[in-house]
Amino acid sequence: MTYAKRLDGRNWTELRPIEAEVGIIDNATGSAKFKIGKTVAYAAVYGPRELYPRFLQDPKKGLLRCHYNMMPFSGQGDRVKPGPNRRSREISLVMTNALMSVLDLSQFPNAVVDVFVEFTQTDAGSRCAGICAASMALADAGIIMKDLVTAVAVGKVDDKLVVDLDYQEEAYEGGDVADIPVGILPNSGKICLLQMDGKLPPADLPKALELAKEASKKIYDVQKKALLKKFGVDRS
Amino acid sequence: MGKLLVQEKEIVVPGQQVAEGMDYVPGYGTYREGENILAGRLGLVAIEGRMLKLIPLAGRYIPKRNDTVIGRVIDVTMSGWRMDLNSAYSALLNVKDATNEFIPKSADLTQLFNFGDYVVTKIINVTPQFLVDLTMKAPGLYKLPEGRIISVTPVKIPRVIGKRGSMVSMIKNATGCQITVGQNGLVWVHGREPAMELIADKTIRMIEEQAHTSGLTERVKAFLEEQTGKTVEVPREDEEYQEV
Repeated sequence: MTYAKRLDGRNWTELRPIEAEVGIIDNATGSAKFKIGKTVAYAAVYGPRELYPRFLQDPKKGLLRCHYNMMPFSGQGDRVKPGPNRRSREISLVMTNALMSVLDLSQFPNAVVDVFVEFTQTDAGSRCAGICAASMALADAGIIMKDLVTAVAVGKVDDKLVVDLDYQEEAYEGGDVADIPVGILPNSGKICLLQMDGKLPPADLPKALELAKEASKKIYDVQKKALLKKFGVDRS
Repeated sequence: MGKLLVQEKEIVVPGQQVAEGMDYVPGYGTYREGENILAGRLGLVAIEGRMLKLIPLAGRYIPKRNDTVIGRVIDVTMSGWRMDLNSAYSALLNVKDATNEFIPKSADLTQLFNFGDYVVTKIINVTPQFLVDLTMKAPGLYKLPEGRIISVTPVKIPRVIGKRGSMVSMIKNATGCQITVGQNGLVWVHGREPAMELIADKTIRMIEEQAHTSGLTERVKAFLEEQTGKTVEVPREDEEYQEV
């Protein structure tokens, strides 16, 4: 049996519908919403602000802290146990590393930039949606960054390479599934996040990354449009 | 031959290409990668000859020497007050910089400035590690009495002030309110008539929202005239987006 048609009817390289909005949380220095399919991420940036406890301070540059959190009602029906856990700590860490590759916080010694990423609804690809939202929120907060960051999952379901897997595809049981979240700097094509779950023949990895690069351009356009729209520039 | 890919006053996002070729030079907020010049933050393009600069549209206040700021007392120490400057760094106001009067060692410093008080002060020193020192010994520095504090994005403060203070004096004249603008993005407004204070508040928020557009003075004038029902005079020409 082969995977002949995607479960939700998309083309192999088609992304789920994306919506993005910037400046949605007034109290935050910068904020953004990024919705891809049924995954909804809200990012709020606070800071640069003073960092305590003091031993965490770095006198050479500012620190970035990402906080990934799925809300209790955001899962597939079951209640997600609130509070930090192993998984959210890992994702917070990889998000921080992915975003740190573009940020320049040398102007803010001893300070911290906090990024809170909250999910009201998830359907796979949440770390990617979170990174997309966070990078828009950081730009909105006026932080010096050399590029935006886009992220998308690519992978292989049975014998087909696909872009932007949803939960049904990740849980596909008719064959092997590989899920590869990729973070890409859209203008330089550099990779800032690469993880993999599942099985993939080595020869397919470059092909999958090529697909991710193409998808990242589409996401970048959406992010750019959302940022410009906040200032009344509509370029559709 | 180098090529410019954006127009003056166009809004660019981080990583967006601004120009190609070596004919242009990266300035504040832009950087060179290979032969291209890219935007290093969200901002408005300003072209100065061959130099390409960005005017930031967002960002927190970075303490700068000689800035007049509005601080809030967050701590009272043995020798002075610690103030929040709406920035990543707090500042210290020493007793000897706060007043000319003699203050004995045992004095209760909250008699001068208490917790939560807003004070107009001036930054006298900033170290590379952002230890900030304040002073009250300059004209126009005082503790703020009643009124309201409005928080504005610090990079938009020049727009609220206007050229040589034209925008802020227009609001003052139209509403009869007292207004003090801190470089750190806090604006203090106090009017004898609450309704006028509200209009001043609204006007400042409107300026913040439309700070990146041109023809703002005229719109603010029209807004003030509509709200107050009086004719408002524009003090001086004010059209260009001023730099921080």
